[in-house]
Amino acid sequence: MRMLGAEAVIECLKAEEVEIVFGYPGGAVLTLYDALFKTNFPHVLTRHEQGAVHAADGYARATGKTGVCFATSGPGGTNLVTGIATAYMDSIPLVAITGQVGVSLIGKDSFQEADICGITTPITKHNYLVKKVQDLPRVIKEAFYIARTGRPGPVVIDISKDVFNDTLDFEYPDAVELRGYKPIFSGDASKIDLVVTELEKAKKPLLFIGGGVNISGTSQELRKFVESTGIPIITSLMGLGCIPCDAPQHLGMVGMHGTYAANMATMECDLLLGVGVRFDDRVTSLVKNFAPKAKIVHFDIDPAEVNKNVRSDFRVIGDLRWSLPLLAEKVALQGLQKWQQETGEWNKLVQEWKKEKPPVSELETAGIKPQAVIEKVSELTKGDAIIVTDVGQHQMWTAQSYTFKKQRSFLTSGGLGTMGYGLPAAIGAQITLPEKPVVLFTGDGSIMMNCQELATMADNGLPVKIIVMNNQVLGMVNQWQRMFYGKRYSHSSTKGCTDFVKLAEAMGVTGLCVTEPEELDAILEKALKMEGPVLVEVLLPATEDVLPMVPPGGRLDQMVLGGVF
Amino acid sequence: MKYTLAVLVENRPGVLTHISGLISRRAFNIESIAAGSTEEADTTRITIGVEVEDEFELDQVVNQLSKLINVIKIINLTYVDSIQRELALIKVRANKANRSDLVDIVEIFRAKIVDVNRETLVIELTGEEAKIDALCEVLVDFGIIEIVRTGRIAVSRGPVPAKEM
Repeated sequence: MRMLGAEAVIECLKAEEVEIVFGYPGGAVLTLYDALFKTNFPHVLTRHEQGAVHAADGYARATGKTGVCFATSGPGGTNLVTGIATAYMDSIPLVAITGQVGVSLIGKDSFQEADICGITTPITKHNYLVKKVQDLPRVIKEAFYIARTGRPGPVVIDISKDVFNDTLDFEYPDAVELRGYKPIFSGDASKIDLVVTELEKAKKPLLFIGGGVNISGTSQELRKFVESTGIPIITSLMGLGCIPCDAPQHLGMVGMHGTYAANMATMECDLLLGVGVRFDDRVTSLVKNFAPKAKIVHFDIDPAEVNKNVRSDFRVIGDLRWSLPLLAEKVALQGLQKWQQETGEWNKLVQEWKKEKPPVSELETAGIKPQAVIEKVSELTKGDAIIVTDVGQHQMWTAQSYTFKKQRSFLTSGGLGTMGYGLPAAIGAQITLPEKPVVLFTGDGSIMMNCQELATMADNGLPVKIIVMNNQVLGMVNQWQRMFYGKRYSHSSTKGCTDFVKLAEAMGVTGLCVTEPEELDAILEKALKMEGPVLVEVLLPATEDVLPMVPPGGRLDQMVLGGVF
Repeated sequence: MKYTLAVLVENRPGVLTHISGLISRRAFNIESIAAGSTEEADTTRITIGVEVEDEFELDQVVNQLSKLINVIKIINLTYVDSIQRELALIKVRANKANRSDLVDIVEIFRAKIVDVNRETLVIELTGEEAKIDALCEVLVDFGIIEIVRTGRIAVSRGPVPAKEM
């Protein structure tokens, strides 16, 4: 069928079963927006391109589908950069379509021109510059295929303005033919046999779950393995939710702000099974001191993750959807009873660690405790909500105190640590899951980084509940300055002049405020029951730290557990 | 240690930038990089010389490069019996008095004189890097005006092409 390039883009999105696009129009994409109008294709107008890309990311994390966003050339494209990098670091499937200036103007520093392919090369799985309309269907087909297969990631398609206006005989290709890209699904099954043998020999085995389990949606398969072995579990920030946090074997998050039990278990284990993890430095601290007594097994889809940060003794390269069921099956075939007796001592020890040091701060300060805020929301939502965070102290408190029960229920910027991620990501999640409670925990620092998206939330009637943990400081920066920079609080106070309730009201969001500990429960209950978007500002003392904490460069068993550091 | 990689890539704009950019941003050191067309019109072959600490780091270079969508295949030629060559053009000072000395040296190195004028000579030499280094060293005494080198390329001996290794 003969059609415009812009119309062809919409046809391609339909063929890829894209439900919704987040974006912001501009000169280079006017024809594309005209095609959106004519086809009535679902689109959410955010208030900033960064909002659009984070919303697409939140949508992708909550659903497992590929998120899509649009932006115009130049500043439109550059405003996507933070969101693309965020998605890249956390392996989120995303297709960003940007307009580019006309073909004859490319490379001439034309109005609103930026080399988006050049700029995004280090932060995309792949990118394309489309200068010929005939290339559009193939490129879009390839882009979606690349974004969602193998280790997922963001793909940018930069399309010249001319291409949208040009016409083509549209035909969407059935198959993708890329000589250099053959994602592996199943790997070498004999490697799993080796792992099973090692597991049989192990007396202190430990399972380390990462974001790969969330991405591949293999929580069920993993649970089967855990049920049959009874093996203790630690998770990375990105792995939270894959196994219910209240499962008896679950020791909590490991690393810089990990629990006492998780960090101690890591130092003592003799076999560490890393599943869909990349051994981030926030997990390992000093690599040479990480799991010093253990043989390390690494399950990952990406061969480049092997030995990147931590050297592994055994590795199983392949999709977890292939390896985990096979592992569970092979382990089930072994006589486990004797082994479970042998690892009984170990299991008892980790349970003692778990009891010995509760995972929250014991600092006795007046005022509302941040952990109490999160625990109350956890109790009210019963682990059934999608929890979104920004980045900072509130993020770590949420990771430590919310009882996650399901995969894909925790959306947070792990790898890049992007402040401003939370609000738009919550929009992306709520729009695709209108019936589900979506709660955003954010800080007075983070919320301001994309607070314009409150308007997007209100205009779309999205009932997200926002909890602003306001301690009137950039909390994590403040904490580090207190601990490691001699209390020289260089530019880490937000001074507290912003009235978040009024800000919310100005944007069409109901605003509530909690100032006294006694009001907390009632106001949180009220907010969660209310219809439509609500922002609850909770006033917290500025002195509350995220603890435990492994100081940078320290060993995992050298945690600061409480008190004033 | 120094390693030689042959990288087969799709002949698309920007591929060389992707490859060199990836190597440098992952903090690996490129010694030399040379790209050119091959017997297949849609394939470019890039020979990369990298200096890395150990085999683990080399694996990282190879694995990270493999992730690029336009990279078709990477072959480590370091331990394969292979021929390695580089082309250099060296412009050197020459006058009536010392020109015959230069001609002798060029002959010993089996190089070629490709341009002569009253003050200079341009010498063309192909060979392993060490040989080119050696000639440059000898020519220093005459006064080198400029040197252009292509970076190394490599091909394995025997009938099997890299794409089938």
